[in-house]
Amino acid sequence: MADIASRPLATDRPAPSATARLAVLRETLRETLARRAEAVVIPVAALLVGLALFSLFIAALDKSPLQFFELMWRGGFGSWFSFQNALARAAPLLLAALCVALPARLGLVVIGGEGAIVLGALAAAAIAPPLRGVPPLLVLPAMALAGMVVGGLWIGAVGALRHWRAVNETISSLLMTYIAIALMNHLVEGPLRDPASLNKPSTLPLDAAYRIGPLPGLDVHWGLVVGTVVCLAAWVLIDKTRWGFAARIVGGNVRAAQLQGLPVARLTIGFCALAGACAGLAGMIEVAAVQGSANASLAAGYGYAGILVAFLARHNPLAIVPVAILLGGVEASGGLIQRRMDLPNATVLVLQGVLFVATLFSETFYGRFKAFNPDLWKRRD
Amino acid sequence: MTRQPSVSRRRLLRTTAAGAALGLAAPFGPRQARAAGTTIGFIYVGAKDDYGYNQAHAKGAAALKGMKGITVIEEEKVPETVDVQKTMESMINLDGATLLFPTSFGYFDPHMLAMAKKFPRIQFRHCGGLWTADKHPPNTGSYFGYIGQGQYLNGIAAGHATKSRKIGFVAAKPIPQVLLNINSFLLGARAVDPAITCQVIFTGEWSLAVKEAEAVNALIDQGVDVVTCHVDSPKVVVETSARRGAFVCGYHADQAALAPAKYLTGAEWNWANVYKMYVEKLLAGQTLPNFTRGGLADGFIKMSPLGPAVSDAARKQFEATLADMMKGSFAVVKGPLKNNKGDVVVSSGQAFVETAIELESMNYLVEGVIGSTS
Repeated sequence: MADIASRPLATDRPAPSATARLAVLRETLRETLARRAEAVVIPVAALLVGLALFSLFIAALDKSPLQFFELMWRGGFGSWFSFQNALARAAPLLLAALCVALPARLGLVVIGGEGAIVLGALAAAAIAPPLRGVPPLLVLPAMALAGMVVGGLWIGAVGALRHWRAVNETISSLLMTYIAIALMNHLVEGPLRDPASLNKPSTLPLDAAYRIGPLPGLDVHWGLVVGTVVCLAAWVLIDKTRWGFAARIVGGNVRAAQLQGLPVARLTIGFCALAGACAGLAGMIEVAAVQGSANASLAAGYGYAGILVAFLARHNPLAIVPVAILLGGVEASGGLIQRRMDLPNATVLVLQGVLFVATLFSETFYGRFKAFNPDLWKRRD
Repeated sequence: MTRQPSVSRRRLLRTTAAGAALGLAAPFGPRQARAAGTTIGFIYVGAKDDYGYNQAHAKGAAALKGMKGITVIEEEKVPETVDVQKTMESMINLDGATLLFPTSFGYFDPHMLAMAKKFPRIQFRHCGGLWTADKHPPNTGSYFGYIGQGQYLNGIAAGHATKSRKIGFVAAKPIPQVLLNINSFLLGARAVDPAITCQVIFTGEWSLAVKEAEAVNALIDQGVDVVTCHVDSPKVVVETSARRGAFVCGYHADQAALAPAKYLTGAEWNWANVYKMYVEKLLAGQTLPNFTRGGLADGFIKMSPLGPAVSDAARKQFEATLADMMKGSFAVVKGPLKNNKGDVVVSSGQAFVETAIELESMNYLVEGVIGSTS
């Protein structure tokens, strides 16, 4: 009690002295640090818990978890070749993850990026052959635009269904993916088929001039840079603009947003369309940098891997970049683990699943730890 | 940017020791010395125990594992994207592989070609028939088998087993290789009874278990009583058919264990022969062939042992035809032959033996097949 009595009260505090001001500053800094630390410590703890659980799984298979993590390091990050391998696999995940992260800020769980990737790729591959002879500086943007428009329309439709018809966006986007892949197969095997592609139906191959090459000095294509730049832009959009602010309010409470007169329809459909455009761009890059034509190989699951990346990054576009590289490394090491430890490919999928569940579970801890929550300190006082 | 395959310390010790012991290292140079401890990489698009396409290759790879000086490394479920390029590169860089077999059709262009350009000293051989001398690098090549012959023999077994005279085919995509299999299956059955028809259902995907099961059910509901397929993993087709009481002919690998009573026979790849041929040539220091093809007579394909439900009459005709095919130059597709729209596709007197190039661009279903290529 004496302790409390000896403390100066806010009301009878004289004009703040230099030391008092320093104390306030220190307190503010402590609070900010605590809040910031939460955003790092909880995901890292989730990661560690996930890895620990996975170690038990590996041990139950009579294999060494240590060897597993050692190979994962060597295959994904441990050498320049391995790190480039990780980057190459991360490249398509960046844009695929944005397709999930952008609508997530409005509280929408869109999981159909795969469909937009496939159709965006098809649109980009279809528009290039008629433009043969036009300079690549014009054709490549046209291909990107075609991919983004088609991808944007595809996921934009999901947003429209959600807003006007109250169709659950998770289900509709997933089902539309099946339609997208069937549509792609139909067009690739029918009207858009290169007659020379006998046993692997594909569109006409892109001219070499319209292909995207590797980054200078690297064995990774330009998709990595494009993806990173778009992630930065998405972060600016969400965190630094009034549209992003409005979108976050819609995500917080749609009714409140409507009462405030926010254009909920435009925001919902607009953010979904942007998300689809990101996926469509990923498809265009996949065609121009890797495949060289559109065919069934495009449905490689990047859209689904993007869901994992977005959730692990907690839908923060800036966090998507490191998470995608981390996951790229995990995937890059998958082959080495198969070869050296004689574990099936599914092992890496189990790891991804465990990390995913651990991260989802960790969501419930935000704001609960006193160390990270200044509001709780004050309540005690 | 050129990169040499890195050789780990252990590998270097092993190869030099082996090379020195055999006294080969000096006269034949580094390439021969390396061959004494060769690492061979196999890449599969699906699971290597899929009872189908990938298992057939994995079985071939397993046949190399006992060979002296050969290390086999494998990776399964590798998609036809930059992933497979990186897998090849990783096998070369981290495991020192010098011969790679990327086995999925979609690995060839652009993935394997890109890696072959990057690693001109590494040998790549791809399953499929895509290699041509004027278009593709000399360190690449193709191998494939005339498995349509096997489907013709499947058809003979099916033709004897069917009571409804309706047989069924679950197919992935209407591409030439698949169409040849469907047509061969029906023509085999019609060699038994010309009134037999074959209903085909395309699932649109190489691996889509739900649709494959639906297709089998739909076929059997329509009165089909013998089913075969051309999808990556025939497991679902075989099991569903047997459960519904229909007979079944296998494909890619031996599926007898999945339906012991109902399995008639099956058209299987015999990749062990092919892979051994490559490795023996490699060990002998010979250049690997770029283009390899073969059928039953060459040991590239084989038939599953006939099942218990196969009648004596069926066995007799099956074995007689098999014996004919073993002599080589057996024409499954021969005129006069119409497609199922009524147009003549092979005129009278024309016959295409298994090696005929015309068969590789097949774009029709023959008369008696119910279904459409588009």
